[in-house]
Amino acid sequence: MNARPREAAPPSVPDEAGRAIDGGGAEDAAVAGETGAALAVADADTDADALAADEPAGADAAVPAAERPRPRRRKTVTELLADVPPDAVIVTRRLTKQYGDFTAVDRLNLTIRRGEVFGLLGPNGAGKTTTVLMLLGLTEPTKGVVRVVGLDPSREPLAVKRQVGYLPDNVGFYGGLTGRENLRYTAKLNGIRRSEAEPWIDELLHEVRLDDAGDKKAEQYSRGMRQRLGIADALVKRPSVLILDEPTIAIDPSGVEELLLLLRRLVAERSLTVLLSSHILGQVQGLCDRVGFFAAGRMVAAGPLDELAGGADRTVELEVGIEGLPSEIDPVAMAVPGVTSVAPHERDERLRIVTASSDVAAPLATALAGANLTLVHLRRRGTDLLELYRRYVPEAVDGRTG
Amino acid sequence: MAAPADTTRRSDAARKARRSERAPSGGWRTIAAKELADHLGSVRFVVLLLVIGVAAVVPMYFISSDISGSAPALAGQPALFLALFVVGSKTVGGVTTVAFAALLVPLVGIAFGFDGINSERSQGTLSRLLAQPVHRDDVVNGKFVAGIAVIALMLGALVAVTAGLGIIRLGIIPSPEELARVVAWLLSTILYASFWLAFALLLSVVIRGAASAALVGFGTWLGLILFGAFLLPLAANALFPPNTTGTANDYFASTTAQQVFLRISPATLYQDIVTALLNPATKSVLGVGNLGQYVSSQEQLPSLLSLDQSILVVWPQIVALVAMTTAMFAGAYVLFLRQEVRA
Repeated sequence: MNARPREAAPPSVPDEAGRAIDGGGAEDAAVAGETGAALAVADADTDADALAADEPAGADAAVPAAERPRPRRRKTVTELLADVPPDAVIVTRRLTKQYGDFTAVDRLNLTIRRGEVFGLLGPNGAGKTTTVLMLLGLTEPTKGVVRVVGLDPSREPLAVKRQVGYLPDNVGFYGGLTGRENLRYTAKLNGIRRSEAEPWIDELLHEVRLDDAGDKKAEQYSRGMRQRLGIADALVKRPSVLILDEPTIAIDPSGVEELLLLLRRLVAERSLTVLLSSHILGQVQGLCDRVGFFAAGRMVAAGPLDELAGGADRTVELEVGIEGLPSEIDPVAMAVPGVTSVAPHERDERLRIVTASSDVAAPLATALAGANLTLVHLRRRGTDLLELYRRYVPEAVDGRTG
Repeated sequence: MAAPADTTRRSDAARKARRSERAPSGGWRTIAAKELADHLGSVRFVVLLLVIGVAAVVPMYFISSDISGSAPALAGQPALFLALFVVGSKTVGGVTTVAFAALLVPLVGIAFGFDGINSERSQGTLSRLLAQPVHRDDVVNGKFVAGIAVIALMLGALVAVTAGLGIIRLGIIPSPEELARVVAWLLSTILYASFWLAFALLLSVVIRGAASAALVGFGTWLGLILFGAFLLPLAANALFPPNTTGTANDYFASTTAQQVFLRISPATLYQDIVTALLNPATKSVLGVGNLGQYVSSQEQLPSLLSLDQSILVVWPQIVALVAMTTAMFAGAYVLFLRQEVRA
C-alpha cells in the first residue's frame, strides 16, 4: 500500500507555523488519565506545533525576544513515543488528518493499554471514524504517529489487520450469502484453514446467538442481527484488539443491552483490548474503563468515567418532582443539610432542581416524606455522560474558534 | 528504522506478524474465487448466456443449412469451416455469428464489472473487506480476474457449442489450422470483453451508484457502436480534409487519417482482428496508405495466409487493444487505491 517515509515529519502547514503558542509542558490527556490524575483535559494547543517546521528565520524579527515563541523543532518519532507505557496497544501522538482545509482529526494523543476498554465519545462528524480508519491503515494520516500493537498501520497494514478485529460503522454483509458463508469468507481472507474455521465459526455464531440464523441469507437479517454478525465477523481472525465503530447505532434498546452484555462477556473471556466509538453516550458508559470526549477533531477530555464526572466540581443536582405544587418542595429541600439552592427546572415546570454540595438524595427523600409530600420523581444529574458531554464539548468548540 | 525503544516494545506476536507480512498475501485468489462463484450463480449470468447463446446459434444454424444445401458446389473450397462464423444466411438478414458476438461481447464485459466496487461500498462490505489482511489491490485484481474467468467460461462454452453444431450440420471436420483460428478468435474476443470489463470496473470505482455506472457503461457501448463508425471519420475529415485534387499520395494520406481515427475505437480494432483471424485471405485490414502499396496490392496473387501471418497482419491492433485494456485497468486500480474507504 502507500508507503510513507517513516521518520520524516510531514511538511508543515503555514497556519500552524504561525501560531504563537508555546510548546512543551503539557501531559497527554490519555496518559495522564492512566497515571492517576483525577482529570486530564487534553490541551491540544500546548505542545501542538512541534511537528511543524521551524519558523522562517526572519519572520518575526520585529517582535521583541521575550514575546517571541520559543523556536520549535520537529520531534522525532522516538521522542513522540518516549512516554508510551510498555503495554500500550494503541498509541497515537499528534495524529492529524486533514481533508483540504478541513481538519478531521487534530493532534490526537491517545494511549490504550492491553485489556482496556476505551470509549471514544463524540457527536457525529467529530472525527471518530477517521481516527479508527487511521488506526487500521485504511486512511493515511496527514501528520503524527500511530502505533497499533507496536506497528505502524500505514507501513505494515497487513500485520496490523491480522491482529485487529474491526466492526465498521454501518456494517454490511453480502446479501446473497448466508451469515455463515460471510464469516467463512472472512476466515478465508485471513488465511484460516477450513477445518480450523468451521468449529470456530460455529462457536462464534453461538456466542452472538445466531445459531439458527447462521444459515439464513444475510439480506434477511435485522439490523441488530447484522450488528451481532459483525461482531462475530470481527472475532473470526482471533484478534487481540477489537475496534468497534458505533456498535450500538440503530439498534433498539433491548438489542443494545444484549449487545453490550455480549461485548462485556467477550472482553472478559478473551482479554481483548477494545476501542469503541459512540455518539450515544449513555449506552456504552457501563462498558468502558475509560472514555475520551471527542469534539471537532480534538480529544477534549479523557479518563475514567467517575473521575471525569467528579472532576470539575463536586456539586450534585437532583431533579425532584412531587404530587402537588412543585413550590412546596422549596422550603423542605432548603432545610436539608448540604443543599445550596432550589430552582425551577429549565424545561419541566413540574420539577425542581435541588443543588447540593453532596449527594442528598436519601435525606431529601426522607425530608419530603416527613413533610407529607409524595415523591414521584427523583433523579441525580451530572453522573451520566450527557451532562459531562455538555460540560466539555462547548469548551472545545470555543477553544477552537477563539 | 524505528526508535530502539519502539523496537524493543514490539511483542512477539507483532514480530511474527511482521514476518508473515513479507509473504505474498494471495488474497486476490480468495476474492476472485468468491466473485466467480457470485457471478456464476447470478441472474445476469443466466440471462447473458441465453441471449448470447441464441445470438450465436441462430445465424450458425441457418448458414450451416445454406452451406450444406450447396455443398457440391463448395467442395474443395478452402476454410469452409470458418465460413460458418463469418458468412451470414439470407434467412436471418445476413447476420453472422461473428457480428453478433462483436455486438454483444461488450455487454458481457460491462455486465460483470459495472458494480464491482460501488456495490461493495453501498452494501457496507468494503470497509469490512479492507479491514481483513488483504492489500487493496487484491480487491481490484480479484474482481478483474473473476470477470475474465466468467467471460472466458461463457464465450468458450458458446464457441464450443456453435462450432460443434456447425460440424454436425455440415458434416465436415475442420482442419487444425481452422480450429486454431477459431481459438485465436475466441482469445481475441475474450480480450475485447476484458477491455469492456476493465472499463466497467473503472466506472464502478468512479461512479458511486451502480445503476448510474451501468447506464454510463451501456451508453458508451451504444454510442460507440451506433455513432463511432461515422463520427470518428467525420472528426478525421474536419482535421484532415479529404484531398481529391492533389496527387494520389495526398489522397491516400487523408484516407489514412480517417482509418487511424477509426482505430481509436476498440470496436474497430476488434473488427480488424476478427477479419484477419477468420479470413485467411485477408492480407491487410487497412486500406492502402500510399501509391506503392496500392500497386503491390494489385500485383499480389490471391492466396491464403497461415495463422501466424494473419496474426502479424493485425498485430498492431492486438497490441493497441491490450494497451487500451491495460490503461482502463490501471485507471481503475490507481483511482481505487487513492480513494477514501469511507463513502
